[in-house]
Amino acid sequence: MDLFVNLLVNGLATGMLIFLLASGLTLIFGLMDVLNFAHGGLFAWGAFASVWFYTATGSFFGAIAGAILTGIILGLITEKLIITPVYGNHIQQILITLGFMLVLTEMLKVVFGPNQLAAATPEWLNGSWVFGDIIIIKYRIFIIAVGIAVFTVIQFILRRTKIGLIVRAGVINKEMVQALGIDIKRLFLFVFIAGAALAALGGALFAPYSGVIYAEMGLEFAILAFIVVVIGGMGSFPGSLLAAILVGLAGSFMAYYVPALSLAVNMLLMAAVLIFRPQGLFTAKG
Amino acid sequence: MEPILKTEKLTIRFGGHTAVDSVDFEMPANHFKSIIGPNGAGKTTFFNLISGELKPTAGRVLYKGKDLAGESPIDRTRQGLGRSFQITNVFPSLSVLENVRLAVQSKKKIRFDFLRHFSSYASLTEEAEQLLELVLLKDKRDAAASQLAHGEKRKLEIAMLLALDTEVLLLDEPTAGMSLEEVPAILDVIRKIKTERQKTILLIEHKMDMILDLSDSIMVLFNGRLLADGPPDVIMQNERVQNAYLGGIEHGTAPQNG
Repeated sequence: MDLFVNLLVNGLATGMLIFLLASGLTLIFGLMDVLNFAHGGLFAWGAFASVWFYTATGSFFGAIAGAILTGIILGLITEKLIITPVYGNHIQQILITLGFMLVLTEMLKVVFGPNQLAAATPEWLNGSWVFGDIIIIKYRIFIIAVGIAVFTVIQFILRRTKIGLIVRAGVINKEMVQALGIDIKRLFLFVFIAGAALAALGGALFAPYSGVIYAEMGLEFAILAFIVVVIGGMGSFPGSLLAAILVGLAGSFMAYYVPALSLAVNMLLMAAVLIFRPQGLFTAKG
Repeated sequence: MEPILKTEKLTIRFGGHTAVDSVDFEMPANHFKSIIGPNGAGKTTFFNLISGELKPTAGRVLYKGKDLAGESPIDRTRQGLGRSFQITNVFPSLSVLENVRLAVQSKKKIRFDFLRHFSSYASLTEEAEQLLELVLLKDKRDAAASQLAHGEKRKLEIAMLLALDTEVLLLDEPTAGMSLEEVPAILDVIRKIKTERQKTILLIEHKMDMILDLSDSIMVLFNGRLLADGPPDVIMQNERVQNAYLGGIEHGTAPQNG
């Protein structure tokens, strides 16, 4: 029982981190039709920025805020310089964002040095709760709570605000939204920056979770995030949560019971979805 | 009175085929004009030229005296030329109310301001509900647009077009696909819009008997040419119109005996 709970909590926490990365990715793809392979770079930058801000301010919330700010600034720069010239052309998008991903990764080494950095957990989130046999690490519960909160807030924005309605309509049919006289380019920038901020938040939360951060972590998580986007359905926000949890849990349980399969399981999940339900678990498009 | 909408020698050719041939037409503001003509007469093509979906081979479209050449359909919508489509155009997985609300809010600027948002949100919903009531679709407000019957989708589309609040409404067979009992009610809605909201309406409609007493004037297109344009009773008596219609093309809608 204690093992099961541990694997469950672990899988959920990992799932939430992937969700933070994948939710932005799926909205950027669904609304803007942009394949952004640089998204993982923003995740890594969020992690490094949070460690830097944690040292500088001594406050965990300062670290989170600093990481989100970094994500916003990088998102703004990325959209304006890298994405805007390649709207509508997938090949160019893949090439330039993949290239920019490498630039972001190498720039991390220039700024923070080539070595791994240690990331500390704040005092009040350190340690664990003990219920009989079951030991639950506080920080993992914290990640799950943040993930649920982010999901709730974004879901509210999508369902109950003017911008959210335009985003959902834009995912279904961009041209029709424009035909209604809505300036969709401004919305693209807004969604891209929001996605970048979420990725950076994910990176910031990941840092104390793993204890060490390194420049290449962005690429590793980005692959998981892309798998989640495919499984959840391109452009579907609830789909990205469900698929991220699925991938997180599959990874967590497989790593314990069938370690040899733990890397392959996500690819197998994705292959199964592509074979039996190629549009993903959820469909955002009408 | 200066015409709100005007075309001068408007022409479009597709290869050797002249779909719209040198059409001169104008209409004053707050006028209700219907376009009739057999299938293939160029009615929808004429609409596409006015709304900007197609570029004319020759001739001009003038809105309030201004040449619209080079302006995209979106620019034209912003300036006040709203258009409905012959095929339905709604967001399938959004609810009926959300579809209309999207159109309602699109005529206002997007505000990236979440605090001021909530006060205006209720008024947007209210405006959308009023429009749904107007087009007799209020009981379907929470259904997904994809679940509507074809005729209901057309009603939804009319509501969305009205929400844009453009001065001119170009309606391309808005009653297509509706059951015969629904058609008079919808045409009545369109007439009400013209009188109550001071709109200018240009309507393509096949069901000729139904538009006779609605329209201020009727223009007839035949083989891309303007055959006649005038008050309904004059058009009905027009011999060329009767010949065009009675020439075996569309018996069902022929205006026999006026």
